[in-house]
Amino acid sequence: MKNSSRRGFMGKAFGAVAGVGAVASLYAMKKSWDPLPSVKAAGFTTLDMSAYKDNELVTEKWRGKPIFVLKYTPEMIASMTEKQKGRSIKIGDSYYLVNLGLCTHLGCIPGYNPDEKSFLCACHGGQYDFSGDVTKAPPPRGLDIPPFKIDGMKLVLGEEGPEYKKMKESGVTL
Amino acid sequence: MKNKEPLILAVVVAFTLITYYLVEPFAHSQMHKHFESEGFAYKDLPALTQKGDAARGKELVTGAAACTGCHAISKEGFAAAMDPATAAASYGVNPPDLSNAGAVYSENFLADLIVNPAHALKVEHKFDINKGQMHPMVPFYGAGGDINQEVADIIAYLKSIAVKGEALTPEIAYETACGRCHANHYAGWTQIGEKPHFKRKQDELTFEMNLANYQDALTKYMGKLPPDLSIYIRSRGEHYIKTFVENPQNYLPGTAMPRVGVNPEAAEKVIEYLEDSGDAKRHERESVGYKVMVFMLIFAVFAFLWKKEVWRDLH
Amino acid sequence: MAHFTKATSVHDWLNQRLGIDTVRRVMATEYWIPKNINFLWAMGMVLAITFGLLLVSGIFLLMYYQPNVATAFDSVNYTIMKEVEFGWLWRHIHGVAASVVFLIIYIHMFTGIYYGSYKKGREMIWISGMLLFVAFSAEAFSGYMLPWGQMSYWAGMVITNLFAGGSLHADGLVEWIRGDYVPAQAFLNRFFMLHVLLIPLAILGLIGLHFGALRIPHVNNQDGEEIDFDAESKKYLAGDKAGSKVIRFANDFMSKDMMVVGIYLVFFFYLVFFHYDFAMDPVNFDPADGLKTPAHIYPEWYFLWSYEILRPFSTDVGLMAFGFAQVIFMLLPFLDRSPNALPASRRGLFKFWFWAMLIDMIVLTAMGKVPPIEPFGTIGFYAALTFISLWILLPIITMFEKKV
Repeated sequence: MKNSSRRGFMGKAFGAVAGVGAVASLYAMKKSWDPLPSVKAAGFTTLDMSAYKDNELVTEKWRGKPIFVLKYTPEMIASMTEKQKGRSIKIGDSYYLVNLGLCTHLGCIPGYNPDEKSFLCACHGGQYDFSGDVTKAPPPRGLDIPPFKIDGMKLVLGEEGPEYKKMKESGVTL
Repeated sequence: MKNKEPLILAVVVAFTLITYYLVEPFAHSQMHKHFESEGFAYKDLPALTQKGDAARGKELVTGAAACTGCHAISKEGFAAAMDPATAAASYGVNPPDLSNAGAVYSENFLADLIVNPAHALKVEHKFDINKGQMHPMVPFYGAGGDINQEVADIIAYLKSIAVKGEALTPEIAYETACGRCHANHYAGWTQIGEKPHFKRKQDELTFEMNLANYQDALTKYMGKLPPDLSIYIRSRGEHYIKTFVENPQNYLPGTAMPRVGVNPEAAEKVIEYLEDSGDAKRHERESVGYKVMVFMLIFAVFAFLWKKEVWRDLH
Repeated sequence: MAHFTKATSVHDWLNQRLGIDTVRRVMATEYWIPKNINFLWAMGMVLAITFGLLLVSGIFLLMYYQPNVATAFDSVNYTIMKEVEFGWLWRHIHGVAASVVFLIIYIHMFTGIYYGSYKKGREMIWISGMLLFVAFSAEAFSGYMLPWGQMSYWAGMVITNLFAGGSLHADGLVEWIRGDYVPAQAFLNRFFMLHVLLIPLAILGLIGLHFGALRIPHVNNQDGEEIDFDAESKKYLAGDKAGSKVIRFANDFMSKDMMVVGIYLVFFFYLVFFHYDFAMDPVNFDPADGLKTPAHIYPEWYFLWSYEILRPFSTDVGLMAFGFAQVIFMLLPFLDRSPNALPASRRGLFKFWFWAMLIDMIVLTAMGKVPPIEPFGTIGFYAALTFISLWILLPIITMFEKKV
């Protein structure tokens, strides 16, 4: 009896060793699925913020997704509420909306109406104000803000600067 | 019953090793010439005996010897007279920037090169003065004094401005010694420098056009476009590259590739550059390799113990 | 209709539906293997493990490989080797396993020849095994095309040219195989398809057939002894494990298999990490160039013996000799006329035939790689003649073999 339990032990021990090898190879397999370094390196987009015109929506591309950039007019700046200001990015003396251009409801791309200074998502009728804050359901929250870092008059998308971290902490964006 | 397994194993291993020996070391010894490295000493060239004066050398390089007429020394503020493509169109090849020549090339090689380029470069079969074929680099005929002393001064100057010791990076070594003829697209290098990231299509096309023109001139000069060296470390191996660079005529008699004259330290840096471009994961391969080997040994030991347990009752 | 009862455990639930106990019994615990065997009998398991390594590493290479003449080379040598995490590992495992699998196949084959394991009801094991050899050869060749280096291109050129049939000038057939006048995009694409789908499917099917063919005649043993598997297995089950001539496949035989596999994997991974050039030819790290043949071209080592049978003769004779070499091993069970199914050491002249064949194939292998200069040309020529002569002699010497 003693013998057979010891035999069972060796079989289990061998199985355990083989299992360790299998798990280690799973690690290598997992890493092989990771995005390539070239993909990650391309995950940063630098925008020259001095090139944008007042109240003219420009759609940039970052990590394959549309990014809305809107420079506010002086009137828009004057009319900003605290909440809208909290969602906007100040570069130099200007304020900008820099948002992920995908409706937070189901991911359609909303359109901008410069006269009304608001966004309308044609898919399910969601609306946002010029700062990207939701004004009409179904979207559950305002447009998301991509990670950004302010670098003089330039904005680097993909890096997390202190302004972005503050927005994230205060719950302005996810 | 006698256990025949050790004998059988010995037979299997012996036949395997014989076959391996025949198809690998033996066959390759029959296919390729073998040369031993001479450690980048260039023993056919006399050693530099005189001590140079860098200040005198500077006067010569920028004055009497007129090096800066063709060569840039960007470190010292001497810009190239022409852009690479134009220079290649006029000379066949872009005259090298001498900023780090003192760190990359051997002294005795430089000394010979300055007074007799085709000899130092071992391309006299291509540039035979008797047939009126001049090497594009004009030899230095002396500035009126002791020419050997003057050459020593020039070299002292080149060494004084060049990077020292560990500041000689693989990039500097490769770009100085190889990069004007050999692209390395796995490292992002073209013969006219690293290709920048262009935003405008026109700028990119202009760059491509310059590169194509440069390569055309180079092809005319060398007879064929020198190969891209991206993974030469895997296709040729370190030993071949080193002995080839020491004297290209060894392997390819009559080749247009000049002897490059790199010193031992620069040669190591060039190899490191080629390893980084063509065998980037070599360190990871080794460290993972040792771990896997240790694991497999443990695996084999446990398999053996398991077998022993299971078979105890069977015998 | 089957009657199902409320399951008492997950095991019982599965057992009622899938009969896992029966499967386990039939496939493992009461699949009887002779006890009188040596480590050479573990080569089947070693091959299965190596095939598994090829399959897994291949899956990861397939995720990043691009079958396009413009990008294939860089997708392998840049993307997989430099960019993908552990991409180099998959490639090294794949390349080394592709070479080592043939070493094991040859050991497995010569084990079968030595112990007469292709005779007396085991013919289908041999034939299905040889079909696997052909399928593995095709798999190796098609895979060799994919990195699209110099050796890929020129091997593709030379091997497809064989199909012109020498003086038959079947150039149309060659172009049909390539889908072009030279190996180009269509060629690369179709060989990619063959390598990752059609031939692997055939291999999986043939492995099934090979295992199935073992079932009825059972595994041979070291002395060619005919074993009464029913009686011996009863003895085992009755508790006389030491006296029985048979053992269970699992765990008895399996534990020995795993011991051999363990030792093999140490050797295998040593090659993968520290000694891979023999399997990943440096010349193939030069991109394909249709206007420049490498100074020396040669197939991978496992094809050298048949390549050398082609080389010393004029085109037509060479092709015929090559064709002969490709099919002749398949016919071994029928060319061996001896009534004995015994180890070669106990079979008179066949003993000498076996060692002569083995050594001759090694000589052919060596001569297939060296440049075709003297004295290698002459040695290769006589080795090729010896190969053909040995096969012609085989039926004659075995016919006169006395029944032992």
